[in-house]
Amino acid sequence: MEFDYQFLFSNLPELTITGLAFGAIYALIALGYTMVYGVLQLINFAHSEVFMYGTFATLWTVWALTGTGGGVGGIQLLLILLLGLVMAMATSALIALALERVAYRPLIKKDAPRLIALISAIGASFVLAELMGLRDKVTAWVGLDDDLDRYVSGARINQSMASVVNMPDVNIGGLSIKTVDLLVIAAAIAMMVIVDQFVRRSKLGRGIRATAQDQETAALMGVNPTRTIQYTFLIGGLMAGAAAFLYMLKIETTKFDVGFLLGVKAFTAAVLGGIGNLRGALLGGLVLGVAENWGQALFGGEWRHVVAFVLLVVILLFRPTGLLGESLGKARV
Amino acid sequence: MNKLKALPKPVKLAFWVLLAILAYALPILEPPIISTPGVDFGGVLFVVTMYCLIALGLNIVVGYAGLLDLGYVGFYAVGAYTAAILTSFHANWPLLLSLPFAVAATTIAGLILGAPTLRVRGDYLAIVTLGFGEIIRLVAVNTEWLGDRRGISNIARPPSVMTGEDGGVVVGEAEPGLKGIFEIPHLYWGDGTVLVDTEDTTQFLVFGVLDQIPYYWLGLTVVLLVLLADYLIKNSRVGRAWEATREDEDAAELMGVPTFKFKLLAFATGAFIGGLAGALFASRQSFINPDSFLLLFSILFLAAVVVGGQGNRWGVLVGAFLVAYLPQRFRDFDDFRVLVFGAALVALAILRPEGLFPPRRTVRAKQMEHELEVLETGHDDGEEAARV
Repeated sequence: MEFDYQFLFSNLPELTITGLAFGAIYALIALGYTMVYGVLQLINFAHSEVFMYGTFATLWTVWALTGTGGGVGGIQLLLILLLGLVMAMATSALIALALERVAYRPLIKKDAPRLIALISAIGASFVLAELMGLRDKVTAWVGLDDDLDRYVSGARINQSMASVVNMPDVNIGGLSIKTVDLLVIAAAIAMMVIVDQFVRRSKLGRGIRATAQDQETAALMGVNPTRTIQYTFLIGGLMAGAAAFLYMLKIETTKFDVGFLLGVKAFTAAVLGGIGNLRGALLGGLVLGVAENWGQALFGGEWRHVVAFVLLVVILLFRPTGLLGESLGKARV
Repeated sequence: MNKLKALPKPVKLAFWVLLAILAYALPILEPPIISTPGVDFGGVLFVVTMYCLIALGLNIVVGYAGLLDLGYVGFYAVGAYTAAILTSFHANWPLLLSLPFAVAATTIAGLILGAPTLRVRGDYLAIVTLGFGEIIRLVAVNTEWLGDRRGISNIARPPSVMTGEDGGVVVGEAEPGLKGIFEIPHLYWGDGTVLVDTEDTTQFLVFGVLDQIPYYWLGLTVVLLVLLADYLIKNSRVGRAWEATREDEDAAELMGVPTFKFKLLAFATGAFIGGLAGALFASRQSFINPDSFLLLFSILFLAAVVVGGQGNRWGVLVGAFLVAYLPQRFRDFDDFRVLVFGAALVALAILRPEGLFPPRRTVRAKQMEHELEVLETGHDDGEEAARV
C-alpha cells in the first residue's frame, strides 16, 4: 500500500469541501435513522429505500420537464430545481409513512421484540428496492410499459440525468470550488438547523422528545404516540427526499440499489455522532464524509469504505455512545 | 410436540434415528414435490446444511447471548479464506489439515473483534459488526495476497474413499478412473410409479465435481455434531450464563456471572462455527471470491435465525431451511424471488413476532405475564396474546 501524502496535502481544501458535500448528504439521511431510533429504539433499515425513491422522483421530474436535461438557465432552472426538490421530498415522505403503516405499526401495537422489527424492516427494504428494480416487469404486467417506456426501461441499470446546474466554479481565496458542492453543503446545513430548531421549539417537537423519553408517560400527558411516530417518520422521509435531491444534483446517477451503501454509511454517521442526537447526526455525517475523502486521497479509492468503517470502530471504542452522546429525549430547550 | 415428549424413551430415540436416516437419504429419494426442478437437488441440500450450520452458530450469538451480530458473514469469510490460502493459494495442504487452522483463525478473529466491541451496547454492536463484515470483504477485494477481485480457485476437496485398481481401498483426491466403495442408485419418480434408476447413481464418498450428494452427507454430519455440541453447551453452566446475560445483564453480573467473559465466549463460539461452515463451503465450491461474502448474506443469516425463532435450535434449523431452500425451489419465479422473500419476511414478522418456533421459555414467560395481567385487571381481554 502506498501513502500519497503529497496529493492529500496539496489538495487538502478541495478534498475537504467535496468531503463536506458528501457528509452533508449522509447527515440528511442520518437524520431519519437517528430520529426513528430516538423514538422507537429501532434501526429503520428500510430508510435507505426511502432515499432511493427520492432520487428517482428527482430524476423523473427533471426528465419530464427538460426532456434530456441540461440547457436551461435562469428562472426556469430555479423552478425545475424547486419542483424536483418538492417531488423528491413528497415521494420520500409518502414512502416513509407507508413504511411505518405497513411494516412497523402492527409490530409496535403487539409490543413485539425489537429484533423482529428489524427483520420486518429488512423485508420491507427488499420489497421496496425490488419493486423499483422490477418496475419494467411490473408495468408490463399492468400493460402500461408502452406509455411509460422511457421511465421503466433499464430498470436494473444506472440511470442518469444531464447536469442541471452548470454554473462556473466559485473562486474563494485562490481556490476553485464547485458550485454544486457549496449548494449541497449550504442547503443541507440549513435544513438540519430548521429540523433541529423545530424539534427543540415547536409543540410537535416537544411531543417527539417526550415520546422518546417515555412513551407511556407522554401518552398520559396527552401526546398521541401513534401520531408522534408518524410525524417522526414524516420528518425523516422529508429529509431523505432532500438528501436524494442534493445527491442527484451532485452525482446525477441513480439505480434501484443505490440506497443500500448510502444507507449503511448514513447509519454509520448517525452512530458516529451519537444515535438519537440530531446535532450528532450532522457532525457524524460531516466527519464521516471528510474522513472518507481524505482516506481515499491517502490510500486510494478502493479503500474508501474501509476508512469509514475503521473510523467508526475506533471512535466507538473511545466514545461508546458516539461523538456527542445519545440524546433525542434529553435535548433541552 | 407434547405428544412426542410423552412417548417412552426407546420410541423417541427410534424416531430421531429414523428422522436422521431420512435426512441422509433425502437426495437419493428425490421426492417429487420437495426436489428442485432445474437445479441439482444435492447441491441445494448442501447449501441448506451450510445455512443450518451458520444459523446454529449465529443462534448462539443472537439467540442465546442476545448480541445482535450483523457481520456474521465476516467469520464465514475468514474461515473460507484461511482454507483457500492453505490448500491452494499459498500452500498445498490437504483440506482436513487446514480445517483446524481455518477454525482457529476464525475463533481468534472473533476474540479480536469481540474483546473491544462487546463493551459497546446493543445496537452499536450491530453496526460495529456490520462494519467488520464489510472490512473483511473490502480487504479481500483490495489485497493481492488474498486474490483480490479474481478470488482463489482450486481449493482442496475433502479426501475421497475409493476402490483402487487392485481392489483395495484408496483415500485421496477423486480421480476420474476410480469408483467409490459402492454405488447408490437414485429413485426415479414417474407418473404414479417409482423406479430405481440404476443409470443415475451416487458413488459412495467420492467428492467429485458434479455429484454434490457426498458434500451434503458431510455437511449433514457436521450439522448433527454441532447440534449435539449445542445441546450439551446450552444445558451447561455456560448456556445458563448466556441466557441470564441476555435477559438482564446487570442482574446476571450481580449474581456473579462474569458477563463480559461469557459474551466473548459466545462470540468466539459463534465465530468457530461460522468459520467451519466457511471452510466447508470453500471446499465444495473449490472457488471463492469476495462476492461470496456480501453484506446481504449476513442479513439472510440473521433472517434465518430470527424467522425460525431465536434461541430455539430446532426453530433456527427450520428458518435456515426456509431461507436457503425456498428461493431455489421456486426458481421459476426467479425475477421476483427477492421481492417475495422480502414480503414474506414482513408478513412473518407481523403474524408471528416471536418467530415460527419460539423457545419454550419465551412462550412460558408470555403466558405468565398474561396470567398476571388477568389477575391484576380481573378480566381476560388479551386472549390472543397468550396463544403466541
